[in-house]
Amino acid sequence: MTNTISVSGLRKRYGDVQAVDGVSFEVAEGEFFGILGPNGAGKTTTLEIVEGLREADEGEVELLGLKPWPRNAKLLPRIGVQLQATSFFERLTAREQLRTFGSLYGVPARKADEMLETVGLTEKADERVEKLSGGQAQRLSIACALVHDPELVFLDEPTAALDPQARRNLWDVLRAINTEGRTIVLTTHYMDEAEVLCDRVAIMDRGQILRLGPPAALVRGLDAPTRISVASGTLDAEDARRLTGVDEVTDDGVSLVVETRDPSSVVAALSAKDALDGVQIRGATLEDVFLELTGREYRA
Amino acid sequence: MSTFESFKSLSRALFLGFRRDRGALFFTILFPLLFLVIFGGVFGKQSTGKVEIVEIGAVPVLDQAIAHDPSGDLRKTVKTTRNDDRAAALKKVGKGDADAAVEQSGGRIVIHYSGADQVKSGVVQSVVQQVANSANLAATGRPPTYTVAGQQVEDKSIKGINFFTPSLLGWALASAGMFGASQTLVLWRTKGLLRRLQLAPVPIPTVFGARVVVSLGIALGQLAVFLLVAQLPFFGLKLQNAWWMSIPLVICGVLTFLALGMLVGAWAKTQETAQTVTQLIVLPMAFLGGSFFPLDYAPKWMQVLSYIFPLRYLNEGMLNVMARGLGPASALPQMGILLGIAIVAGAIAARLFRWDAA
Repeated sequence: MTNTISVSGLRKRYGDVQAVDGVSFEVAEGEFFGILGPNGAGKTTTLEIVEGLREADEGEVELLGLKPWPRNAKLLPRIGVQLQATSFFERLTAREQLRTFGSLYGVPARKADEMLETVGLTEKADERVEKLSGGQAQRLSIACALVHDPELVFLDEPTAALDPQARRNLWDVLRAINTEGRTIVLTTHYMDEAEVLCDRVAIMDRGQILRLGPPAALVRGLDAPTRISVASGTLDAEDARRLTGVDEVTDDGVSLVVETRDPSSVVAALSAKDALDGVQIRGATLEDVFLELTGREYRA
Repeated sequence: MSTFESFKSLSRALFLGFRRDRGALFFTILFPLLFLVIFGGVFGKQSTGKVEIVEIGAVPVLDQAIAHDPSGDLRKTVKTTRNDDRAAALKKVGKGDADAAVEQSGGRIVIHYSGADQVKSGVVQSVVQQVANSANLAATGRPPTYTVAGQQVEDKSIKGINFFTPSLLGWALASAGMFGASQTLVLWRTKGLLRRLQLAPVPIPTVFGARVVVSLGIALGQLAVFLLVAQLPFFGLKLQNAWWMSIPLVICGVLTFLALGMLVGAWAKTQETAQTVTQLIVLPMAFLGGSFFPLDYAPKWMQVLSYIFPLRYLNEGMLNVMARGLGPASALPQMGILLGIAIVAGAIAARLFRWDAA
């Protein structure tokens, strides 16, 4: 499989701040790739260099075998970019907006209108962009990035500032786009989003990629314990401690939490004691990975 | 689809954006028209009002003169009322409700006037004097030895609607052009639209070209509205032969103001700054560039100062072809200067240009 994106040794400095400090990664065709990190980690700068909006101080970028910098008119029709949900022409309706963006790529109006349906905005077609909700504006903005049917799509924090319902709706849209065979690169500061959507994630902090891989592999690589919790009172804490494979037990009066690296035998034992009331099993998350890597609590 | 199709579609989008902006519509079309109505209506009337004379008791000399006025000139200048109460009549003059009070006893005519309005009191005195002289002459029964015939000379000083139509239009164009360009640039930058457009394959000059063409279209619309309204009988503008030169002049002017607006927009970080700075340029320019009063009557220093404002050249050119009745070539120097300013301002704006707010 050919690499759609290949980035090596990227560096960018703004004054005293080393915004990007030696970033390298590759993205395969059809992959859903995430760049995850707290605000100020250098995600957006990295993305802007890759898109061709900025020149790197050092390093190489190739998209679809072409260099994005300086502005490469051959490459532009093949990539789609969503920057901010506010990047619209003033006072146009959703449909007019899409048609206008479409016309910049030579896309006929009919095709632009179809895009409205893809992102579920058909009912809002005649609404002016200023009147759209945050989630609707994001979806329109993504539609504008997709209107010319690009092979490669960049999305910069597409779900920032959305309510949970709107985020979930947007995830469905993004998954659908990826299923059509497009390569997607997304930046996010939501751990759960990266876990749910991305095939592979690069965890960034202070301009560097700390770890890169499929979310599940990153989490498994941690060797972090699994937490099994049952309702408090279901089982005595002392009894729980005596079960095989248990590392630690805590009871806060609401839940009894058992930490283990051998969840199957613990669950089997609890089941044998008929002590599975209100059971919840939680593995480690990317947040734990971030904590492990930086020694800091993750704060988006 | 070609670049031209993109250009058309962009222009359409930008024009729609303008048409739906009530604020912009008001300030580019309605607000200047309002000024035209006020200035043109109040100062546009060239004739001074009639002088009002109160007759105290009967003043047969005056009444007969008005009654047997072959040319009608007297009726155009004088309006008489009668008030037999001498004290009341004098009070009216004192308060300025009437310009003079006249009484006649036999062959003696007395004029009571106020010094407040010297022009009108002068008119009253000369009118009454003339009436008395004519009456004297008629009384001798001899034909007059000398007669006077009036012949009007074309007045080269510009007054009224001939001045206000082009000059207020100049202000409207400057305001629309500068605000339009500076606001658009800052807004597009802060919203990230410039970045977004940079990543579309359409050449950036096409995008800016569409914006300029829309502005030019709006400006020509302003010109058309102004000319149509000013030609209504109420205003009475008469187009001079070379008026059509106002079209290329307007285009040059708009290019200049767009370039200046781009300069402000490229420099300013926020919309508020852009708005304030634009206002700080447009308003003094409108006053000192001769949009609100004719610079012919302004003090010398103001006339000199006016030459630093591009609006001065637009106004000057427009007055030449629209009011002074000069030939088409009379606007060419001004057009050249405007284009020169546009190129310089545009070049500086391009140097200051930033794609994003960072």
